[in-house]
Amino acid sequence: MRAAVSALVRKDLQAELRNLEAVPAMTLFTVSAFVLFHFGLDRETLQGDLASGVLWVTLLLAALLGMNRLFVTEREQGGFDAFLLAPVDRTAMFVAKALVLFGFLVVAEVVAVAAFALLLLGPGLGQALPELLLVLLLADAGLAVIGTLVGALAVQTRARDLIVPLIALPLSVPLLIAAAQASAPLLAEGGAGPLAGRWLAILALYDVVFGLLSYALFDYLLED
Amino acid sequence: MMQGGPPTPDTVGSRSLEVPRAGSATPGTDSAAVELDGLGRAYGERVVLRDVALRLPAGQTLAVCGANGAGKTTLLRVLATLLRPHAGVARVLGGELPDDGWRVRGRLGLLAHEPLLYRDLTARENLAYHARLHGVAAARADAQLEAVGMSLRADEPLRTLSRGMAQRVAIARATLHAPELLLLDEPRANLDPAASALVEPLIGRAGGATRVLISHDVEQGLAEADLVLGLQGSRAALLAAAGEVEARDVGALYR
Amino acid sequence: MFGRGLKIFSLLSAVLVTGAFALAFFYAPEDADQGLRQKIFYVHVPLGIVTLAGFVAGGIYAVRFLRSGDRAHDLRSYVAIHMSLIFGVGALLTGSLWAKAAWGSWWVWNEPTLVSFLIVFLLYACYQPLRFSIEDPGRQARYAAVFACVGGAFVPLNFMAVRLAQPLIHPRTLSSTANLPGSVSFTFLVALVAMAVLFTTLCKYELASKTAAMQLRSIRRRLSGEDISPLADPSRRSAAPQRL
Repeated sequence: MRAAVSALVRKDLQAELRNLEAVPAMTLFTVSAFVLFHFGLDRETLQGDLASGVLWVTLLLAALLGMNRLFVTEREQGGFDAFLLAPVDRTAMFVAKALVLFGFLVVAEVVAVAAFALLLLGPGLGQALPELLLVLLLADAGLAVIGTLVGALAVQTRARDLIVPLIALPLSVPLLIAAAQASAPLLAEGGAGPLAGRWLAILALYDVVFGLLSYALFDYLLED
Repeated sequence: MMQGGPPTPDTVGSRSLEVPRAGSATPGTDSAAVELDGLGRAYGERVVLRDVALRLPAGQTLAVCGANGAGKTTLLRVLATLLRPHAGVARVLGGELPDDGWRVRGRLGLLAHEPLLYRDLTARENLAYHARLHGVAAARADAQLEAVGMSLRADEPLRTLSRGMAQRVAIARATLHAPELLLLDEPRANLDPAASALVEPLIGRAGGATRVLISHDVEQGLAEADLVLGLQGSRAALLAAAGEVEARDVGALYR
Repeated sequence: MFGRGLKIFSLLSAVLVTGAFALAFFYAPEDADQGLRQKIFYVHVPLGIVTLAGFVAGGIYAVRFLRSGDRAHDLRSYVAIHMSLIFGVGALLTGSLWAKAAWGSWWVWNEPTLVSFLIVFLLYACYQPLRFSIEDPGRQARYAAVFACVGGAFVPLNFMAVRLAQPLIHPRTLSSTANLPGSVSFTFLVALVAMAVLFTTLCKYELASKTAAMQLRSIRRRLSGEDISPLADPSRRSAAPQRL
């Protein structure tokens, strides 16, 4: 299992490094979205729950781009068949793809959060950063898990690029609620407020529930 | 015509960096590599394969002939464990599909229409990936590239290679783990005579593996086979030893 | 195979629905501050509950389909979700009407049940687009089943998150039936049973119609000489419904 996961992850990273497709697209998308929000809201700076909402909606939409691309080469270039012919656990594909998407999200967010702090955020990010990091990582885990499942569901359909956002957006509402609510006090003017434990609990619960569920269901998406 | 016998340890061991074949001794299988009985497969209501029965002894070659849409590729994909049978019995390398699929996977090699390689990765990266999936040493991947004469272009992305070259890399991939059963869908498509001779030790009879071979070149198919299966309208219309079949009989399947 | 009991069920749902309406208008007391408009409660809440139960049932049939490979379960899962979507539209419309009556606005964001319901509805609205954009019937059934399982787990999690997101100052309307007068509880109960029976009846109709249509199509094909007789060996897969 571990060997298969590392083989898959390595192969995906090689392809991404060669093509620079998903991660640059996600990063550029977030920066463009911040510019749009600046004009759309007509604000110089944002803080508190407005800042949190803008940040999370942007990150969520950027994640859709990554979900959309995640399985395309597997389907179009026979990757599914080649993988299924190997004597490895099929769940390795799920684990590997979730790790890859998680990695893509983290890299894209390094740039996105920096750009957000620079372009839109009123209060400094300084002391709230560790807490924000925790929220980001928990939310990324959830996005990676459902993104992998939805990406795999959608890649075999005729309308992949329509199906991914249609399913992923409602499915990530609980994630958005928890992440946005948790980040709002961290981005508030006049010193960051405390981080509410219950939102972290919701994020963790979401990660665990959908992680286990996807783990159990993923095999059915591969067999034929 | 070549008369094939079971593989001798000699022919098996003649390849460089040989991977030991996984133990295939399962009680009750004798030496049949493929055993089908009443095999059927449908897509929805459309039946694409019906009532196929045959027994292919280990080390022999089965040629599958038939017009487009006769079910050849479906049969190959069922044998490769990629499609589950909907009816009948399919026993491959002693394992009954689909339940024993996990035991059979990794002991068979599929050379399909598509090369099953990533176009953005180089030939070497592609083979290294498959070597990791199959638990084969990386050196073996390089040896395979050497064997198909692709060492010099091994570090170029696959999309820059010609179709014939990609086919050679695909052959290196399909035989990477020294499979006991080779499933070949027109393996010599896009290959020039020189390349065809080059891959002969890997996918030819000399390789020693049991082979299921789809070929539209009837003469060549008959020459390579021990057993011929003719599919017509998703049914087995012809099943005979290759020596008893005339090219004319096979040609009739396409009409 | 799905046609049995249709008559009894139709009769039963007609009686129960009429009875529920009669009780709501002539037996249940009029609400002190909402008056007649509160009667929509007897339609809206049962609609919502039956819809959610239908989604969950769809998920349960999906699990059974994945475990057994029996296409009949897939058909049941499809019909349950399809019918729930139709009932869900009703629940959202009556909810909107009720919001207008009670709070003077067509939509309220601080009623967590209604908001959660909308999100769940939006998710399940993708069920059919997903299903119909997959060509291979076997894959269609499996993918739809995976979706239905995920949806089933999503429903409670979503309700929890949305409920928590409320500022917690709004009193929950009718959160418990314990402190309601007996006549209200009884009427509500009858309305709920009526809605559930109506749902079941309509599902049975759809199942019967789908099955008949499929049988008809396969007979037509056989008459036109196509070779579509089901593959032998019933132990592996039933000869039941293929494409929906």
